[in-house]
Amino acid sequence: MSAIATWIGDYTGLDAHKRTLLGIGSFLLPLLIWCLVSYVPYVWHPKVLVTDPGGVDYFQVGSLVDKSMFASEVANMEKQHLAIPAGRPANPIYLPEPLEVAKALYTGLTRTPQQSDTPSMPASLWHSIQVIFWGFLISSVIGVPLGILSGTYAPVGRLNEPFVEFFRYLPAPAFGALAVAILGIYDGPKIAIIVIGTLFQQVLIIANTTRKLEATIIEAAKTLGTKSLRLLTRVVVPGILPDLYRDQRILLGWAWTYLIVAELIGTSTGITWYITQQARYQHFENVYAGIVIIGIIGFGTDLILAQVGRRLFPWDRTLDRS
Amino acid sequence: MESDLPSYRDQSEAVKARFERIKQREVILEVRKLGKRFRGPQGEVEALRDINFSVHRREFLCVIGPSGCGKSTLIRILAGLESQTSGDALLDGKPIKGPGQDRGMVFQGYSLFPWLTVKKNVMFGPQMNGQGRDEAERDALLWLELVGLQKFANAYPHQLSGGMRQRVAIARALVNQPRILLMDEPFGALDAQTRAKMQSHLIDIWRNVDITVLFITHDLDEAIYLADRILVLKAHPGEVQELIEVPVLRPRSPAQLASPEFFATKARLEELIHPGQEPEPEDEQSVKPHMIRLTNVADNVE
Repeated sequence: MSAIATWIGDYTGLDAHKRTLLGIGSFLLPLLIWCLVSYVPYVWHPKVLVTDPGGVDYFQVGSLVDKSMFASEVANMEKQHLAIPAGRPANPIYLPEPLEVAKALYTGLTRTPQQSDTPSMPASLWHSIQVIFWGFLISSVIGVPLGILSGTYAPVGRLNEPFVEFFRYLPAPAFGALAVAILGIYDGPKIAIIVIGTLFQQVLIIANTTRKLEATIIEAAKTLGTKSLRLLTRVVVPGILPDLYRDQRILLGWAWTYLIVAELIGTSTGITWYITQQARYQHFENVYAGIVIIGIIGFGTDLILAQVGRRLFPWDRTLDRS
Repeated sequence: MESDLPSYRDQSEAVKARFERIKQREVILEVRKLGKRFRGPQGEVEALRDINFSVHRREFLCVIGPSGCGKSTLIRILAGLESQTSGDALLDGKPIKGPGQDRGMVFQGYSLFPWLTVKKNVMFGPQMNGQGRDEAERDALLWLELVGLQKFANAYPHQLSGGMRQRVAIARALVNQPRILLMDEPFGALDAQTRAKMQSHLIDIWRNVDITVLFITHDLDEAIYLADRILVLKAHPGEVQELIEVPVLRPRSPAQLASPEFFATKARLEELIHPGQEPEPEDEQSVKPHMIRLTNVADNVE
């Protein structure tokens, strides 16, 4: 077997060294493809960036023109014995180069915007984070206790879950107009959409997690004289805590994906506003930067929470495998 | 069977006297006409039928039988985790109505609370009882010392080996001073060496503490080594086959595994549990392995 095959053919689990390398590789690979498409002129590049308009009156420096049209104009100019336009191969405007996006990310985060009344990227981002925070908090305050009770007591579960299962299939954005009518146009409907999108999944997932608690532990607690309410608070809740934490982490990621949709309801605010504005002005490097920053924050938060979880729950063996 | 082997019913004078003494003590657990039926996937199943026996104070009773004979159902009914459909189970004369600290239980799987340290696990029972933190801690540390784990008081269960975890489980049950200790195949998941150590450890505890033990196992040697009496159940439905008084002298030592009384008892148990002449039930026959020769004819291992 070749060296690479032996190296990557390990199905039984990876050691830390390999894990880090493959994890970094997971990001490098798409980045490499992106660089390839952006910087190597022979890959794709269907348009031409005009550097010298020559004799063509509608060409401007910096405009993007189709290759075929550019070629026909060059032929035209040659026939008319006028200056020949010059240009270099380029990608369409909606695929900026990685370096441009990186620069846009940097300037977006550090410099203040040109118009003083429009919020900057960090301010938009902060607004979005607040909306997510409140949405997730309200959903958890209702969803976590309901989920635990549904999982522990069969009648409660049976009363709740059929309706919750049904409601889960109603798409949250469909409630947009209703939410605006009830809660106004500012942050209210956005938080409501996040709650609607997250809550019903939350109840079902947490009820399921609660049910998976080892029956032996509950029975052992019973034989030690634990009665009903204490069974819930001193045995069930501590018992499911590592899995509850992991579920909440996953659900936070879920709520995060509802962000863009939620922020389009009512007045546009937050990072979604920033992205749609920049798209309108055709500054796609800023659009990419906005999307990337959302990803970085969501992913980074998840990584931090995972590490914290590993410290908080040393007895949970499943965390070692993730 | 050779004629010079004693019958399992022959008891030496010392053993007879001992059983007389046991029968003088009060009855802690009485089971009368206990029955359990439930609705299974293929109609009604009778797990237990007409179980009758009683256990005296400080007796060591083993329950043994083939799989499916209802041993676990029986011990769960005695622990109060399930209820019977007919008959009575009485502890100190009072009917059993649900789980409680008076019947301590040790499970086969690991039933320790993983989020609590070993010491806090043992403190759990006394705290449920209303004892203050300091008192509970004192009792817990005492029992941890008795089972030899005081060094691991602040360790977590996932850091201990299987034998150690079961010792903690025993301490956790005994700290509440139960009337009877119910053990559902507690050493089944341990390797042979650890199991032997745990058996002597259990006998040591039983010898020095006022505790009655009801112990479920499927290991015949273990049952004879540990028990005063052995309750043999049969399967489908679970019924009492025989209640054997073990003629092996106490204190028991590994050397007695070769004694004639031991052999006689074991032979009797094997007769009861694996009669050998029964035709295999149909579902066993359909899953019988059907091996064919896959290796070279000349390549033999035996």
